[in-house]
Amino acid sequence: MVLDVVWAVKWLTLCAQAMAEHRVELIELDRAIGDSDHGENMDRGFQAVLDKLAEAAPETPGAALKLTAMTLMSKVGGAAGPLYGTAFLRAAAALGDSAEIEPAAWAGALAAARDGIVARGKAEPGDKTMVDAWTPAAEAARAAAENGGPDVLTVLVAAAEAAEAGAVATDPLMARKGRASYLGERSIGHRDPGAASTALILRAAVGAAA
Amino acid sequence: MTVSIVVVSHSEKIADGAVELAAQMAPDVVIVAAGGTSDGRIGTSLEKVLAALDQAAGSDGAVILTDLGSAVMTAESALEFADSPAGVVLADAPLVEGLVAAAVAAQGGADLQAVKRAAEAAGGPPRRTDVPPQQVVEEGSVTGQGPACTGEFELINQAGMHARPAAKIAGGLSSLDAEVTINGVDGTSMTSLMTLAAGKGSLLHVEAWGVDAERAVNYVGGLVQAGFGEP
Repeated sequence: MVLDVVWAVKWLTLCAQAMAEHRVELIELDRAIGDSDHGENMDRGFQAVLDKLAEAAPETPGAALKLTAMTLMSKVGGAAGPLYGTAFLRAAAALGDSAEIEPAAWAGALAAARDGIVARGKAEPGDKTMVDAWTPAAEAARAAAENGGPDVLTVLVAAAEAAEAGAVATDPLMARKGRASYLGERSIGHRDPGAASTALILRAAVGAAA
Repeated sequence: MTVSIVVVSHSEKIADGAVELAAQMAPDVVIVAAGGTSDGRIGTSLEKVLAALDQAAGSDGAVILTDLGSAVMTAESALEFADSPAGVVLADAPLVEGLVAAAVAAQGGADLQAVKRAAEAAGGPPRRTDVPPQQVVEEGSVTGQGPACTGEFELINQAGMHARPAAKIAGGLSSLDAEVTINGVDGTSMTSLMTLAAGKGSLLHVEAWGVDAERAVNYVGGLVQAGFGEP
């Protein structure tokens, strides 16, 4: 398995599928502690990504991710737009114009995405945001890339599992950033919708390589 | 040429309305609205912001004003996407007050940084907690010297120091190389001047430091004594 542009387009296509399938679930999570538009916004954003990918036919994974960044920033509307947009933009910059992504490069792209989200949203780990899924994912990918050698699927799986565990781990946290922070202690016991959608996105990356 | 302004709001109506309001006080300034999403919903759109920056380009730079949190993020993303174009800065200011103050400063010929400062002086304390507030150092207080030039003028127009006179004073002063206080508040801040609530017959005590100190005092005196061209 190589992570080339075919994989990247398949990944983004599976992201769009996942957002459509989990739209109601994300809306419900966001209704509890936000403004209940996350599922709607992410679904609309990734559907627009599919249209753009079909139009532009990018030639490298980096080009596909940059197109995704631009589209999410323009179409999502809520705070998730600039946050995910920045994540994909920084990941695209980290990948440059290479045709295939090595395990270490994927780990580097996830770290760049995570750093971009932190820079844009000013949230830290433990604030009950998507950072709580991206941070363990980036760390797990780096560790797997260092230990696992050339097997890229291992790295993808490690990142997805860490993001899923990170999302679950937001349940007991009290929100300190974003709209949910207005709720204070009442945000405890609910999963952060951004962390949940992050887990879906990184799980789709595994699906595209399977 | 003047500095241009881009207004990023979650709402198309807010952006358009704010631009309409500011344009009244700054007819020669290019002010471009980027409100709502590209399909007319509440939200912000990178495409709209980039298009607005395109429209505002070609002048002496552009200052971006934003409303709520994710408008700031979208504006920052636009700057990142456009590889941080020279001459485009983001002002950390309340949208309406900051926009009017910025527009007036731009109309008065202020440069990019002065327009940004005018916007940011219009609000209360900075909203961002991770950036220490910029200290405005008054030369007089540092050197222990009194003002280079002072003047005292009586307001003779019926309405006193309302929005338009405050805008004229702040706008003109922001293009001069001088630190100016009027009854103790920053003379380049339209909103500070309005908080003086100085009515007809009130005395304005003007103190100025810097190269253009005398010009600054004469400028304020000229406007006040002419009743700002009002009854």
